[in-house]
Amino acid sequence: MSLTLDATAPEARHGALRGLSNLLYRKPTLYLSLLLVPPLLWFGAIYLGSLLTLLWQGFYTFDDFTMTVTPSLTWANFAALFTPANFDIIQRTVLMAVAVSIASAALAFPIAYYMARYTSGKTKAFFYIAVMLPMWASYIVKAYAWTLLLAKGGVAMWFVQHLGLEPLLNLLLSVPGVGGNTLSTSNLGRFLVFVYIWLPFMILPIQASLERLPPSLLQASADLGAQPRQTFMQVILPLSVPGIAAGSIFTFSLTLGDFIVPSLVGPPGYFIGGMVYAQQGAIGNMPMAAAFTLVPIVLIAVYLSIVKRLGAFDAL
Amino acid sequence: MHSEKASWGLKLAAWGGLVFLHFPILIIFLYAFNTEDAAFSFPPQGFTLHWFSVAFARQDVLDAVTLSVKIAALATLIAMVLGTLAAVALYRRDFFGKESISLMLILPIALPGIITGIALLSAFKTLGIEPGFMTIVVGHATFCVVIVYNNVIARFRRTSHSLIEASMDLGADGWQTFRYVILPNLGSALLAGGMLAFALSFDEIIVTTFTAGHERTLPIWLLNQLGRPRDVPVTNVVAMLVMLVTMLPILGAYYLTKGGEGVAGSGK
Repeated sequence: MSLTLDATAPEARHGALRGLSNLLYRKPTLYLSLLLVPPLLWFGAIYLGSLLTLLWQGFYTFDDFTMTVTPSLTWANFAALFTPANFDIIQRTVLMAVAVSIASAALAFPIAYYMARYTSGKTKAFFYIAVMLPMWASYIVKAYAWTLLLAKGGVAMWFVQHLGLEPLLNLLLSVPGVGGNTLSTSNLGRFLVFVYIWLPFMILPIQASLERLPPSLLQASADLGAQPRQTFMQVILPLSVPGIAAGSIFTFSLTLGDFIVPSLVGPPGYFIGGMVYAQQGAIGNMPMAAAFTLVPIVLIAVYLSIVKRLGAFDAL
Repeated sequence: MHSEKASWGLKLAAWGGLVFLHFPILIIFLYAFNTEDAAFSFPPQGFTLHWFSVAFARQDVLDAVTLSVKIAALATLIAMVLGTLAAVALYRRDFFGKESISLMLILPIALPGIITGIALLSAFKTLGIEPGFMTIVVGHATFCVVIVYNNVIARFRRTSHSLIEASMDLGADGWQTFRYVILPNLGSALLAGGMLAFALSFDEIIVTTFTAGHERTLPIWLLNQLGRPRDVPVTNVVAMLVMLVTMLPILGAYYLTKGGEGVAGSGK
């Protein structure tokens, strides 16, 4: 086709640009490679190159006395991850990531369900934007807003006092592991902020998976005598698992790597992200920071292989 | 079939969820006009525009804003070029390694920011590059590519390929087809992707803390402010402005890509 086009267009301009574009149309593979070279160079050299440099540095030796890094290879950094202190950090982070993912799914489901099944036209568009806006709104400002909300004498406490919920809050704060002195220094507060910030990332995939659910399935279920509750438990919920799994990729991975929120809200004690930051910055131990970075990479790889079986990738 | 109307419990949970999502944002807008200069008691005692003039007179605020705008603009430009190229290459033809390439594009936002940040920092250190303006731009461009790519490739999938063939059949060459057929079709998707990339870069803090060196972008300025309780009114004003800069693009992108399954922003 392209050959005849060339032959039957004698009055066409014969600029260099035109010649080039015709050549590219005739040779799609050349065209494809030319298109791909800039993005591949950028990602290959800058992104993958950096990742490999980082992992390689994980094998370097850090001298505790001179505080210097020498390029002699060792497994010591990776072994150090399993010392009790470091393992504590990993455990604390993973527990939070799991708790945040579960809570987000529970909160997101009704919103997503309502969006997918009971809204249409303008209301659906409204819901869609209403979820997208907080999702895109500045991360650091959202975190800041929560420091204002949870502060002593802040908005959260005002509501708690006026609704007479103080005894309940004090009870919650006295639970070991969850509570703390105040809302803003407790794990509960940190958990709230995490759930708030990552919730929209859970809503949208669940909504998309429910949106794809054919109404005829629900009719069939009802025709076969299922109660609405049975339909929900045995048809709707299992079919929304890919969406929940897809959303949990975000909530899990984003919580795992965060170090700003844990530094602003919650009790002292590092998260993985904070440890990485402290190791490379204040301490200057880049090899240990690199070894720590491997933890979220491995955890996320494991997590992805699990949720892939749940069909999460088709729901992304 | 199940009942047509949602139960009260479901309605309450859904609308309550929306209130939960928006309440902290409203608080930021409220406190920007607060008259008090230290405490953030609730409800606010009064409203004023005074802190806006104070904030705009601060050189450190202006410097941080300028720096962030410059970085976001440059990173967006790079992301638009690379993202469009990748989308054009990947949308139609199947070839070996296609899946890996699209995975690689998504990786910088799928993996936590600390990984991208510290990886870039360790590479810059190894190469002896001093962190600064350009290293921030490189980091931001890397994770912005996928935003542009997602928007452009979605538009390509919706645009019939026969349009391009028709243009060729009617005697247009490749360049003319690109200029008069592909680009007008792509325009709003590119703009939407660009706006979202700008918002993402403008607000990014995790990768930036690693690649910034001594530079202070607006989010880093904000983070530093959190340790300065006496500066709260100025912080509140800037926080509200950052909120606006990141929220308005999502509205714009939504209107540019609506009709058809707009992907604007789905999945940050």
